[in-house]
Amino acid sequence: MAELVPSIAGRLAYAAAFTPGLLDPQRAEPTLVSGPNGKAVKKRYAVYRNNVTVSLVNALAETFPATRRIVGEDFFRAMALVHVRQSPPTSPLLFEYGRGFAEFIEGFAPARALPHLADVARIERAWLDAYHAADAAPLAPQALAAVPPEALGAAVFTAHPAARIVRSRFAAVSIFSASRQGRPEPPREAQGPEDALITRPHLEVFVRRLPPGGATFLQDLMAGRPLGEAAQAALDAAEAFDLAGNLAGMLEAGVFTAVNTSEE
Amino acid sequence: MSKKTIALSAAYIAGSVAAALSSGALATAAQAQEKVKCYGVALAGQNDCAAGPGTTCAGTSTLDYQGNAWKLVDAGTCETMELPGGRTGSLEPLDRDLPA
Repeated sequence: MAELVPSIAGRLAYAAAFTPGLLDPQRAEPTLVSGPNGKAVKKRYAVYRNNVTVSLVNALAETFPATRRIVGEDFFRAMALVHVRQSPPTSPLLFEYGRGFAEFIEGFAPARALPHLADVARIERAWLDAYHAADAAPLAPQALAAVPPEALGAAVFTAHPAARIVRSRFAAVSIFSASRQGRPEPPREAQGPEDALITRPHLEVFVRRLPPGGATFLQDLMAGRPLGEAAQAALDAAEAFDLAGNLAGMLEAGVFTAVNTSEE
Repeated sequence: MSKKTIALSAAYIAGSVAAALSSGALATAAQAQEKVKCYGVALAGQNDCAAGPGTTCAGTSTLDYQGNAWKLVDAGTCETMELPGGRTGSLEPLDRDLPA
């Protein structure tokens, strides 16, 4: 019985010897693997290699559908394969994989002709993080209405667990939206820069393009700065910043869950 | 209250909040965005899943109108959807059309 059910330590040692070659085709097959009658070890180990590699490439393809549509299936899979081999997952949860993919794309020479691609990938990774973030009821307009007018400047907000902002020097939001909606060509008039707001107030993830100053405003509020300061910083960042419009937008998008007016 | 906060007048901030709260877009937009999980309406392989892409749940239903698979639909439309064979959608999982 003892040899049929190996100890935990024994299993871990086996896994440690078995796995290094899975993502490294240059590495020889582990010596502890043997085929029947000494045959075909290489071929059999290759089945595991293929399963692991393809499943990780598939996970990236599922997580980054807009990025994939922009570059095409073949280019995407080739690019993803390089990333999978360089940066294998550190978590057994596949939906956690791909956090370093955008940075990788930025340094991936064959993708240099598409400078916006990394930012599209950043929006897609934020989309999935928003999808898996904790559920929370968005801030009700009534809660903001209940704050006394003189306390509004010092009011601070609690960020919704799903809320994310991705800033891009390019028209990444327009390109992302066009791709996700299956429109083949990104709109030519879109030049950027564009800032993305990703939220999931209820069950569905929304990606919006923020108006001028909006990213500064929301990033400051999400960092816990008071409303008056955040509005000032947004005005300093963009003259066209419209406070009323941005407040309506943030309520509608569900960026926050609570407003606090702690008297000091 | 810090010094910076005073740069933008309290009246301006209060006025902007009031304007934001009274904008008609707010209420209608919130309603239009509401989605619910609707069971028993998705075609095979077209179901949504809270676990999302990169996992094995979305798109894993194997039957049309599978009773325990859901799809996000606009609120108020789930139970009134007319499906083949006299089926209707449900806000709760259903016992019908389950994979063997």
